[in-house]
Amino acid sequence: MTSPSVESLVQREYKYGFVTDIEADSIPKGLSEDVVRLISGKKDEPAWLLEWRLKAYRGWLKMTEPHWPNVTYKPIDYQNVIYYSAPKNKTKLASLDDADPKLIETYQKLGIPLNEQKLLAGVAVDAIFDSVSVGTTYKARLMEQGIIFCSFSEAVREHPELVQKYLGSVVPASDNFFAALNSAVFSDGSFVYVPKGVRCPMELSTYFRINTAETGQFERTLIVADEGAYVSYLEGCTAPKRDENQLHAAVVELVALPGATIKYSTVQNWYAGDEHGVGGIFNFVTKRGKAMEKAKISWTQVETGSAITWKYPSVILQGDDSVGEFYSVAVVNGRQQADTGTKMIHIGKNSKSTVVSKGISAGQGNSSYRGLVKMLPRASGSRNYTQCDSMLIGNKCGAHTFPYIDVQNATSDVEHEASTSKIGEDQIFYCKQRGLNTENAISLIVNGFCKEVFKELPMEFAVEAQKLLGVSLEGSVG
Amino acid sequence: MSMLEIRNLSASAGEREILRGVSLTVNAGEVHAIMGPNGSGKSTLAQVLAGHPSYTVTGGEVTYEGEDLLDLEPEERAQKGVFLAFQYPVEIPGVTNAYFLRAAYNEIRKAKGLEEVDPMDFIDVLEEKLKVVEWGPEIMSRFVNAGFSGGEKKRNEILQMAVMEPKLAILDETDSGLDIDALRIVASGVNRLRRPENATIVVTHYQRLLNYIVPDFVHVLVGGRIVKSGGKELALELEARGYEWIEDLAGTGAIA
Repeated sequence: MTSPSVESLVQREYKYGFVTDIEADSIPKGLSEDVVRLISGKKDEPAWLLEWRLKAYRGWLKMTEPHWPNVTYKPIDYQNVIYYSAPKNKTKLASLDDADPKLIETYQKLGIPLNEQKLLAGVAVDAIFDSVSVGTTYKARLMEQGIIFCSFSEAVREHPELVQKYLGSVVPASDNFFAALNSAVFSDGSFVYVPKGVRCPMELSTYFRINTAETGQFERTLIVADEGAYVSYLEGCTAPKRDENQLHAAVVELVALPGATIKYSTVQNWYAGDEHGVGGIFNFVTKRGKAMEKAKISWTQVETGSAITWKYPSVILQGDDSVGEFYSVAVVNGRQQADTGTKMIHIGKNSKSTVVSKGISAGQGNSSYRGLVKMLPRASGSRNYTQCDSMLIGNKCGAHTFPYIDVQNATSDVEHEASTSKIGEDQIFYCKQRGLNTENAISLIVNGFCKEVFKELPMEFAVEAQKLLGVSLEGSVG
Repeated sequence: MSMLEIRNLSASAGEREILRGVSLTVNAGEVHAIMGPNGSGKSTLAQVLAGHPSYTVTGGEVTYEGEDLLDLEPEERAQKGVFLAFQYPVEIPGVTNAYFLRAAYNEIRKAKGLEEVDPMDFIDVLEEKLKVVEWGPEIMSRFVNAGFSGGEKKRNEILQMAVMEPKLAILDETDSGLDIDALRIVASGVNRLRRPENATIVVTHYQRLLNYIVPDFVHVLVGGRIVKSGGKELALELEARGYEWIEDLAGTGAIA
């Protein structure tokens, strides 16, 4: 996994060669209408969904890749990507000994149990670790309350009316280049529906449906909280995942109906590439939620992985008295680049939004906060508070802030605070004088810097995130 | 064997030479006061002993418990029992005092080959330590030194000292900026931590603190050298006569 460029991956797959029965489940590289039809056909999708995909594809053909983000990379050849590969065809490693030792070292530092290490590293797992039964137990408990939590494909089969009603209602297929690409070729993902007035009794985590976690590079998530419902959803995992796809273009849509609350937490720690900037995931994600009257959507993200992150989890504050929140920690080290932030679009009256962004740049990393706060004419009495802090570690990294503020009425309040600090030699020396080594000192100081965001994470996630931060910043000071 | 043996120590900050051949021997059980006018190199000596990266040792040697102290990383010195109470304690926003103290406590334990303590057990440890500085538990949820008054910061240094139980404590101008009540609390905290097997170096400009922490030896540092040593009565003499006579005695002016 040291150099997963699209090209080398394609070559590797051919080098090892698929046997005939596997070939039946993978398709040649490249993208065309036929490929979109093929993907839809393999999943036995209804005609309306195929039409939706085709429309997205035709739209995508007329779009150009966005180059406004503050990141640089070599052009992506979209005809050199395999757009469909059934999960079961993933080549499995025989044992952990075959996995990248660096990966295993990180798992150990994070305290990941052995069986989970195997799963993450892509080792064939025996039947003793029965994730399916774990998933089934949860599912039964959720079903008692009418909560649907399943893979996207299953939702298309079992609950087509819900999918058809809400798919693309927040992120239309035509929204942007990567969202359009995802809409045309998305492979699988998660679907959640929480009925009226139901409070989901547990944090929903992709972890619990690990058997379907191999959703590939074009993931699609749709979460609908009906009136007065509550759900907290955890995406990702602190462990870096073995992943052979370089380009990831996911779409997440959240629909919070009147009075509902959706809390969406992400820890993203995909492969960041090596110290020379070779390899690593391009994480180009569109995440957006729509909050109706008195509804609340809260995004919390801890982004430490990927070579390039391009991601703006946003909230459309559609209803009166709706609430949008964005809490973010983005860490770049080595040669990583991140252009991330949020959009808060205030449409409803007296809507409120809060943005707290903590950017940490180390090594030769480059981090940008890009945020839009827009108060439309109707959104009288609305408020936004934005706090945007950057911390620099070392002399070769960069931090940038691009706030866009657009207020179209006279009664809204927008506050923006920003700070940039360099991790102080005095702070590090103080910690060292108290017995901490440099790496632990940096980890402690940075964790303190991120406190306001970590406290928004569910407890167990927060503990993992703190450890992760330490691991991510290792070697950041020479 | 002495606990600390400083021989002919010279150090500079950038181009500027600050210490010019300091020699000092400290034995277990002793309290040494280092006095001197502003700019004489008192704080530099304290920082160099703790290993601050802003200073370069240009000559001489320092032996601590038979080991070359200057060869150790700052954290190794701390783990081996060298503690510096900072003149200007550093703020660490977002990190609670409880977390910070436990991290420090566990580093010391690890260095001694002991098991780390978890947050629950650490509460018991703290209860005793808080008494040393006459503080309640509410201080533990505040962020390290952030928004602390000058007096609170100094008390917090002594609390850290109580938790880390150093062999050699170096107090750098711990009395500066303290009102009389805070001075009493800080000084009595230091006294409560005194043990026959430990030693203390008190760096101070004024004699005031030495009314509370009574030194066995007083050294006067002028122009980066110890120009006079004596018993505690020397401190009183300095208080009465100022530093000028001693600067004249040394035949050298203080570095401005």
